[in-house]
Amino acid sequence: MATPEDNRYAKSHEYVHLEGNVATIGITDYAQKELGDVVFVELPQPGTVLDAGDELGSIESVKAVSELFSPMTGEVVEINEALADNPALVNTDPWGDGWMIRMRVSDPTEVDELMTAEEYDEYIEKESAH
Amino acid sequence: MSESTEPLKKTPLHEVEKELGGKMVDFGGWELPVQFSGILEEHEAVRTKVGVFDVSHMGEVTVKGPQALELLQRATCNDVAKLDQGRIHYNGLLYPNGGFVDDILIYQNTPEDFFVVVNASNTDKDFEWLQQSAKDLDVDVKNVSADYAQLAIQGPEAERVLQPMTDVALADIKYYRFANGTVDGAPAIVSRTGYTGEDGFEIYTAPEHAPRILRKLVAAGVKPCGLGARDTLRLEAKMALYGNDIDQTTTPIEADLGWIVKLDKGEFAGRDILAHEKAEGPKRKLVGFEMVDRGIARHGYPVVDGSEEIGVITSGTHSPTLKKAIGLAYLPLDKSAQGTEFMVLIRGKETRARVVPTPFYKRAK
Repeated sequence: MATPEDNRYAKSHEYVHLEGNVATIGITDYAQKELGDVVFVELPQPGTVLDAGDELGSIESVKAVSELFSPMTGEVVEINEALADNPALVNTDPWGDGWMIRMRVSDPTEVDELMTAEEYDEYIEKESAH
Repeated sequence: MSESTEPLKKTPLHEVEKELGGKMVDFGGWELPVQFSGILEEHEAVRTKVGVFDVSHMGEVTVKGPQALELLQRATCNDVAKLDQGRIHYNGLLYPNGGFVDDILIYQNTPEDFFVVVNASNTDKDFEWLQQSAKDLDVDVKNVSADYAQLAIQGPEAERVLQPMTDVALADIKYYRFANGTVDGAPAIVSRTGYTGEDGFEIYTAPEHAPRILRKLVAAGVKPCGLGARDTLRLEAKMALYGNDIDQTTTPIEADLGWIVKLDKGEFAGRDILAHEKAEGPKRKLVGFEMVDRGIARHGYPVVDGSEEIGVITSGTHSPTLKKAIGLAYLPLDKSAQGTEFMVLIRGKETRARVVPTPFYKRAK
């Protein structure tokens, strides 16, 4: 799956799709492949306020648990309720139906600190090399 | 493990596994596939059809000589004298304090010729321990691990897919029995054993034959499976994993493996302690649990009662068959009864779990 160019990417493998001041956040295709079958996603309640870098939740795959970090600062306005019954959406459609939260961001320009698709592709190429 | 600078060991099947899309990881110093198509899919294949695992990393030790039986009786807790030709049993190689050196399978060829299968990372330790225990005995202990590749063909269709490749009449091999024969023309030991809770076979053959056999099995529709599915399958069947559920600090009685402790067989390492634990009850016991609250309790997570740490999770995962979070934990004996609820700290958060009967999964016979 090609890395979508209209997203930005964090080193901890979350993506941000920003429209106006609302960011849709999920994990990348590379991340879901590394995790394997996702069986449980723990997300914050809507209304939670997070700083960029704060722990956002956790993802349990059959194999292991990994933490999710907020790539931006803002307030969680919606979580993907479908993941409660069907966490495998993270594997089957990470860029689409497998999204995790929507956040009203306090500063949309914060997104510029994240990687572009091209930068992220280079980053994961290096990461998977060792 | 990650600090080791030694290059990872590879099994004879390494190249085929990469070809088959295996995602390789470091497993106790061995480079092995954690998954091929995905843990859930592989797990399902073994429960409903058939899968194949590379378990060539497992160690093999031969114990031969007039006092072979004497050595194994002294060093283990199960009654090796009960084995006859072609029979296998599960056993504990024990320290004098009753803790596990390893959990092992013993295959009997004759009362003077045994084939012992041990955990990969314990091979050297087990071999040295057996040699040391054999000092005053007329017995020859050999580490023959490098002579064998091992494949586990597991699932309800195992017999059907393996039979065309072997001259051994598989239907005649009962559970925990073995025969010597050939697989795809190669000399092999074929046993009806496994680590999945499903029917199946394990075959031991010379390393050079293993890649060809694996390719043929896959071509016949057997799903290649990795360590991830091996772990979820064995945990559902409540089979202990050395290093997680048992080790040198745990006894077979604590680990709820009292059925392999035969106090009436004579003197053996750890006997006094095990006799005491059997009579008085151990301080703690390995129990199965399922999560009441959401979350997965994994290896090493503490079990707490208020501010006190009273136990520990030894294994935990999402059960693909039951579709819930399950695991094993050591709990104080008085808190180990079925139905008892306890708290696990999952990333600092107290999360409820409940003691349940095991195995979590038992196949229909």
